[in-house]
Amino acid sequence: MAVSGLATRGAFARAPRRGTASRLLEDERWLAAALLLPTVILLALFIAYPFVEGVWLAVTNATVGVPGKFVGLANFEMLWNDSIFRVAVWNTFVYTAVATVFKLGLGLWLALLLNRNFRGKAFTRAFILLPFIIPTVLSTYAWKWMFDPTFSVINWTLFQLDIIHSRINWLGDPGLALISVIIVNVWRGVPFYAISLLAGLQTINPELQEAAAIDGAPPWQRFWHITWPLLLPVTMVVVLFSVIQTFADFQLVYVLTGGGPANATQLFATYAYQLGVGTGLLSQGAAVSLAMFPFLLIIVVVQLLYIRRVEVH
Amino acid sequence: MIEGAKWRRWVYFYIPLGIFIVWLLFPFYWMLVTSVRPDRELYRPWMAPNYAPFWTTHPTLVHIIDLLTQTLFIRWMANTLFIAIVSTLISLFCGLLAGYALSRLKFPFAGMLGTGIFITYLVPQTLLFIPLANIIRNFNLGDTPWALILTYPTFLIPFCTWLLMGYFKAIPRELEECARIDGATRWKAMLYVIFPIAVPGILSAGIFAFTLSWNEFIYALVFLSSAHEKTVSVGVTSELVRGDVFYWGQLMAGALLGSIPVAFIYSFFVEYYVAGLTGSVKG
Repeated sequence: MAVSGLATRGAFARAPRRGTASRLLEDERWLAAALLLPTVILLALFIAYPFVEGVWLAVTNATVGVPGKFVGLANFEMLWNDSIFRVAVWNTFVYTAVATVFKLGLGLWLALLLNRNFRGKAFTRAFILLPFIIPTVLSTYAWKWMFDPTFSVINWTLFQLDIIHSRINWLGDPGLALISVIIVNVWRGVPFYAISLLAGLQTINPELQEAAAIDGAPPWQRFWHITWPLLLPVTMVVVLFSVIQTFADFQLVYVLTGGGPANATQLFATYAYQLGVGTGLLSQGAAVSLAMFPFLLIIVVVQLLYIRRVEVH
Repeated sequence: MIEGAKWRRWVYFYIPLGIFIVWLLFPFYWMLVTSVRPDRELYRPWMAPNYAPFWTTHPTLVHIIDLLTQTLFIRWMANTLFIAIVSTLISLFCGLLAGYALSRLKFPFAGMLGTGIFITYLVPQTLLFIPLANIIRNFNLGDTPWALILTYPTFLIPFCTWLLMGYFKAIPRELEECARIDGATRWKAMLYVIFPIAVPGILSAGIFAFTLSWNEFIYALVFLSSAHEKTVSVGVTSELVRGDVFYWGQLMAGALLGSIPVAFIYSFFVEYYVAGLTGSVKG
């Protein structure tokens, strides 16, 4: 093998001038400890410590500049009776569920389309990922402008096509705002699903499809009995990541509606921001954020168990 | 290839794909048109007669020039670039070492640490931003780029580690053993034999991490307060929207220009980016 040839031997010849440090690094355990140290320090400082701090904040009555005293579960009790919080919980579930269903459906469809051979395929694939890679806040402003009540290009098009006769107030109408926000979330997420599922599709042996086609199975059955079961493990992981991100989403709603109108699009994260940063009620904001945790945990555990079951089969 | 008659090809393939492409790319076209359109055309109600919204006959650079000269946009771009590059480098460094240790070495608690890093991979930023803001303030990092440079690795390192572990596992152990028989220490075998082979993985992880940090919003929004420290996303949000007044021309110009570095890097490394994306979801 080329790597063990003369060139590398030259580089290693000088190596064995062994001090204590390099002797310790020969031991797998010490080397592992040294290699993991920077990661563990950073994650402990900025994930584990904030988590503990968050739990502490949530059981005090701290506000900006005031350390606060221990108040037990009073913050959570307040949230339990807070009608806005209940709306936010409900909205978050609707937002996550509806957006995920559409992202999965449309993403799978797009992946199946891209899995065929056609001219300009690589080019199309590269362009289709743009909504996912362009900074979300910036592309969301484009949507906000397209949803503008007075200057909406979508309304103009629908009006010219004779589909609507009065303007649609996409973001200002409480009944419509959540739908509009979901549309943008789906727009941003579909490329991620499509490209990930496309990668999954490409690992499926085309001979399976051909064999089924020769046996006379129509396309729909070929998809349902061959493609879908083989794609399921990848799909589950993609859904896991996407559900967590959608559940904890902030920037999209912050830009489009800020949680309004009348809390119609308020989510966990936007409400936590509004309380903790907007009003300075640190402890209540931290409590809202933290209330996300058990839901996230359940989602992750259920999906990981399901993934394991799928992979065993 | 696509089977069947011509009309079937249109109905099942070209038309759906065309609709997808228009839907996914129209907002970017709209950014471009809006940023070069004069204000008198921008603010015409959608029901006005003879209104041609899809293009402009009087393109202007006034929004872009205003953006570059009257706002701190260039400063925001520089801030974002600096933060994204440094936090990506830190994360790659940590991710490489940790990924190697977790995929190649036997040591107590290896499984637990691996699971721990995977779990942090799933922690969303919105879960911790309020306590983290307190901690940043206590460390006297508030309103400096270091607030972001040190916190972005919390979501980048788990990703880099996870991705690189996949690459390291695919490298045959014999390579390393050969080097060690030739007298290399573990450390040197890792540095000179394993890491060079993992370069495609490092590139994928780096590009993906760079786009993730360019994209980040809530930490930047909460940890930075003065206008000249802000990143592009936050600067555009707080300085180009004043109260209820949106400077749409400048906003869209900012969105367009703010996307260019990411799009530029992406266009050169599409394959690596896609490898990073699909690698990140492989369990």
